[in-house]
Amino acid sequence: MSPIRRFLRTPEAVAGAILLAALIAMALIAPLLFPGDPQAIAGPALLPPFQDWSLPLGTDRLGRDVLAELFHGARTSLAVGLAAAAAALAIGSVVGTLAGFAGGVVDEVLMRITDAFQTVPSFLLALAFVSVVGPSLGIVVIAIALGTWPGPARIARAEVLSIRERDYVASARAIGMHPLEIAFREVLPNALPPGLAMSSVIVAAAILTEAALSFLGLGDPNRVTWGGMIAEGRAVLRTAPFLSIIPGIALVLTVLGVYLAGEGIVETTAVRRGLS
Amino acid sequence: MSLLAVSSLTKRYRRGGKTVIAVDDVSFHIEPGETLALAGPSGSGKSTIARLVLRLIEPDAGAIEFESDDFLALRGATLRARRARLQMVFQDPLAAFNPRATVARVLEDPLRIHGIASRTERPRRIAALLERVGLAADLAPRAIHEISGGQRQRVAIARAIATRPSLIVLDEAVSALDVSVRGQILDLLLDLQRKERIAYLFISHDLGVVRAVAHRVILLDAGRIAESGDARAVIDAPQSAIGKALVAAAPRLKGTTQDAS
Repeated sequence: MSPIRRFLRTPEAVAGAILLAALIAMALIAPLLFPGDPQAIAGPALLPPFQDWSLPLGTDRLGRDVLAELFHGARTSLAVGLAAAAAALAIGSVVGTLAGFAGGVVDEVLMRITDAFQTVPSFLLALAFVSVVGPSLGIVVIAIALGTWPGPARIARAEVLSIRERDYVASARAIGMHPLEIAFREVLPNALPPGLAMSSVIVAAAILTEAALSFLGLGDPNRVTWGGMIAEGRAVLRTAPFLSIIPGIALVLTVLGVYLAGEGIVETTAVRRGLS
Repeated sequence: MSLLAVSSLTKRYRRGGKTVIAVDDVSFHIEPGETLALAGPSGSGKSTIARLVLRLIEPDAGAIEFESDDFLALRGATLRARRARLQMVFQDPLAAFNPRATVARVLEDPLRIHGIASRTERPRRIAALLERVGLAADLAPRAIHEISGGQRQRVAIARAIATRPSLIVLDEAVSALDVSVRGQILDLLLDLQRKERIAYLFISHDLGVVRAVAHRVILLDAGRIAESGDARAVIDAPQSAIGKALVAAAPRLKGTTQDAS
């Protein structure tokens, strides 16, 4: 059976895939469906949802189109989530591979640094980093990656410790391959799968962290973010709760979708490994 | 002058506070084009010696002289360059290759690392190597896990001879193969030895195979040399206790006069 069909056999994976596909579609068609600045004023302020069909989800305190903001917010959430997870995985697997493969002093130093990053709560680390360097999309990505790379690093190191004793690493040394080439070409690609299995959790956490940073006003001020929308709506929580609830639901569905799809992929690869 | 001269090689391991001597004061030499077998029961130190000779692990004491140089003194890039002359074939041909590799990549690595062939020249060299070990050249793009065990071991031999080594360490290189494939691989090894004067350090627990391919044999017991000498003489009339036990454990050897090919 093909991996795709096996993936689609589990209902959770299908639900996750649909949610994720919807999110990606939203992110892709946002500039087509809502050209121009989503932060521009589109109508009267605080218009409730489902009143005016040119503004289906109503407007916020300043009269901005909530639906347009929601679509453009999906772009930010997706971009930050994927970029931060990719950065965390890249840093983590390089550090973990070097530590596990080199051993000795290098291992000790790298793992103590990893410990240091892991003991600081990752959200505080991101908060401090953005406060110091200033809010922009790239900085937010780095800030989130800074707090999440120790996890993949530990997983990669554990995997490398077992891989480096394999015969094919010994034969790479025996043919005279440079240790760095052995680490990154022979060992790292084979140490990646367990870390990749973690990626859905990292993406979900990164999206939430970005939302939380934006909620606290530390997101990129030039971009619409769901966290920022929730923060905006907080001021009128009693009179217009939909302003917080709508982006909140979007956030929940996105994290759920990423997580379920990730679980499905893990399940699929696990079955394949079990069969071979 | 010997190709490889090993003297007083010693390797200890520390396990749970106890020191285990894996290789204890072992000395031997190999001449160009010769096959020296290391035989002995499991845990007698055969594979440890193989890894010591290849500098995959470092000895606690002793000296290794290879092609008239102090092999243990080589470091870094000098050592990596010299590795071209000293190759290895492992027991499990599946474990010896990166699970993601293709046949072409496996054979390209030594050619690239030691600058033996330019990028454009490599496909032709890879095809020639495959042919040399009796495989079809169109096997090159296949993944390692797609080909059979016997084919894999031929690819391993092709990789080992890619750098034109003077010595190949064969660590149980035919033990995991079924009997008919084993014979073909042994024939291939003997043919390579005759034509290119490659010496083998042949590690095996199978005295039948040792008797058929080795010129001289060293019997190991608990890391020490128990007995050594001409392969047929030692196996036909072992003097040491371990030698007698090993021969007795291989019943098809008793009373037969298997001929070396």
